[in-house]
Amino acid sequence: MSRILVGPFNRVEGDLEITLDIADGRVESAKVNSTMYRGFEQILQGKNPLDALVYTPRICGICSVSQSVACAYALADAMQMGMPRNGELCTNLILANENMADLLTHFYLFFMPDFARPVYAAQPWYETVARRYRAASGEAAREMLPARAEFLHLMGLLAGKWPHSLSIQPGGSAKPVEAHDRLKMLAILAGFRRFLERRLFGDTLETIVQLTSAAELSQWAAQKPWQSSDLRTFLHLSQQLQLDQLGATTVPFMSYGNYPLEGERLFRPGVIDAQGTRTPLDSNQITEDLSHAWLTGQDRPQHPELGVTQPSLENQQGYSWCKAPRLDGQVMETGALARQLNNGHPLMMDLAARSGANVHNRILARLLELAIVVPQMERWARQIDPSERFCLHSAMPDSAIGVGMVEAARGSLGHWLSVEKGRISNYQIIAPTTWNFSPRDSQGIPGALEQALQGTQVMEGEKDPVSVQHIVRSFDPCMVCTVH
Amino acid sequence: MANLLWLQSGGCGGCSMSLLNAESPDLMTTLDAAGIRLLWHPSLSEESGSEVIAILQQVIDGAIPLDILCIEGSMLMGPMGTGRFHLMGGTGVPMINWVRQLAEKAQYTVAVGSCAAYGGISAAGDNVTEATGLQFDGDLSGGLLGADYRSASGDKVINVAGCPTHPNWVTETLLQIALDEFDPGQVDNLGRPRSYADHLVHHGCTRNEYYEYKASAEQPGQQGCMMENMGCLGTQAHADCNIRPWNGEGSCTSGGYACINCTAPEFEEPSYAFTKTRKIAGIPVGLPTDMPKAWFVALASLSKAATPERLKTNAVSERIIYPPSKQKHEKQ
Repeated sequence: MSRILVGPFNRVEGDLEITLDIADGRVESAKVNSTMYRGFEQILQGKNPLDALVYTPRICGICSVSQSVACAYALADAMQMGMPRNGELCTNLILANENMADLLTHFYLFFMPDFARPVYAAQPWYETVARRYRAASGEAAREMLPARAEFLHLMGLLAGKWPHSLSIQPGGSAKPVEAHDRLKMLAILAGFRRFLERRLFGDTLETIVQLTSAAELSQWAAQKPWQSSDLRTFLHLSQQLQLDQLGATTVPFMSYGNYPLEGERLFRPGVIDAQGTRTPLDSNQITEDLSHAWLTGQDRPQHPELGVTQPSLENQQGYSWCKAPRLDGQVMETGALARQLNNGHPLMMDLAARSGANVHNRILARLLELAIVVPQMERWARQIDPSERFCLHSAMPDSAIGVGMVEAARGSLGHWLSVEKGRISNYQIIAPTTWNFSPRDSQGIPGALEQALQGTQVMEGEKDPVSVQHIVRSFDPCMVCTVH
Repeated sequence: MANLLWLQSGGCGGCSMSLLNAESPDLMTTLDAAGIRLLWHPSLSEESGSEVIAILQQVIDGAIPLDILCIEGSMLMGPMGTGRFHLMGGTGVPMINWVRQLAEKAQYTVAVGSCAAYGGISAAGDNVTEATGLQFDGDLSGGLLGADYRSASGDKVINVAGCPTHPNWVTETLLQIALDEFDPGQVDNLGRPRSYADHLVHHGCTRNEYYEYKASAEQPGQQGCMMENMGCLGTQAHADCNIRPWNGEGSCTSGGYACINCTAPEFEEPSYAFTKTRKIAGIPVGLPTDMPKAWFVALASLSKAATPERLKTNAVSERIIYPPSKQKHEKQ
């Protein structure tokens, strides 16, 4: 058996290190180390509750708005208030703007460049793929960056700027949309749709959304050459490299649900197991376990409302700054695949029934979500009524608790807030990658990525196994959120 | 060609994400135009793991020249000065040690964002991670590299402060360096490029008419000036956010919220709430830059007395109730 230490990982947000024990050319066990601690939960202690709207987005520069929205929901819950329809529409648009930009950034800048690595130079597809996706210099990044920047002009109109806005408030949006803003938004969305349809999908968004099975997807892909769109290229590579056999997990998929509007959510919350049985999400069953983290202050797993975050290097079993979150004691996988399975999208249901969770299905679910959400953004923008209210106002009680749950691009994000004597007495955050890249718990059960890496083939002499690179990035990790 | 190496530590990565928003032209074109070659950037480069470590080692050994070292995120000195709160993945070595060694080799060292410049958000609260900037700890000289540090060009660390930084603040600074046009006169006494730090956020603010008449917003979403009640520091904050918009046509104040002076050291610990104005005897404590208090009070009370009904009403509304008009006003 041999042991290799892989890191620093790039094209993930933040820093990451993985220890792999390898036997007979396969990963026998993996330990995932989130290498940085900043202590946001300690910073927030004693602060004015509304100041959390300034601090929490700064946990993360790529999930900034997701953090803002989770915080605003938690504050609204504590203040027992809701948003007017315009406030919900604007919040959904801002959140979707970040999430869709993140899905795009992940695909083009983080995930695809690994196929341009020299390790694949002998493959028949290599020249074409390397020219298009090579990191920094590939033509895809040069096309995608201007499209992304223009798409993020929605932030200029709705949120002042991105990242780190303060327009998202517990009572709605602090940026009322004027009639001309609304028209401009529709034009920006049309431009982004055009990029997606021409370059990413090579077809209309509606056609992609309506694919219902693996067979239909294959048929669709075969209609044109694999080089004709980025989705077709991905499907071709995935087939050639059997990405549906890579990075498998068998843990349940969890989603907190996303994009509420007048009591309904576009994506519903829930938990769905590997057999496809769906159950409601009971957030009271969430706990965090510190057994393998460099943290102290809890002798057993605790619900985040009672959670403690206190760094300590004393823990001899510790190998990460990341806590181990569990739902009813179980490891969860979260992200776009979990969202689409919980929402019952037929294409992803069919693919998951065939091959479960793996690199192929995780990436495809992300791209599918772009095709689902961008048309929805167009509808939300049209529904904004500039003559109606955008923000309601209320005061924070001296003593209150609140929970905010939201879906960031990379999965489920929760904020748990307690206020006493008008100040924050506890604030605990569980981010998507805290779930996916969790260390072992006190039962010794590895986290989702740790499980996904087990059994992965490693080529002789590989220092930074390319299979491991694909698997890690298929989760679209955000390490700065993970520990915070 | 100028080699650029970019590393991240105790921050959120938001300055890199913001940099990707560069437009007219986009980031890649801007770097090409400046003749800047990315040795490595955490979001953009192919190299991972041992390949990255090899690049860093070659820079330290002098085998690869380092023209520009960009550091994003605070330097985490803790616990107890060990730097253990951030060991760079795959190396077991504290990031602060990597940065110290690389800064020795850099022609220019650039702190990108308020975290790397002064400590920033990571240094808030009790600063349990002992977060500091590269050459400042808050507003005191020092930081990781110390007040006497000079890069190979003989310069102090350039502090492109902001939380996050505007993409063009960064690209312009890099361009200036790459074109060999940077000199110490280009930065202010906190090391910030004067290209943006010689302005105030107040300049070009769309709420200026409300400011002139002290017609103030009282709640988020209202159109009035946010200085009196909402904690806005735009009249003191050094940045050109309302001259050079963000994400097309945005800024904090146009987005409906207060400027929190994020380009300044220690902005992360306001003496009062971020979005409430601290007042003594009804007068905001923080006055506009260079404004004598007596004059401010006199002018404010005079202009308040002269505030047109149009502004008074619009200031506390989400939308324009009275448009400017010579006609007799009729409520819409």
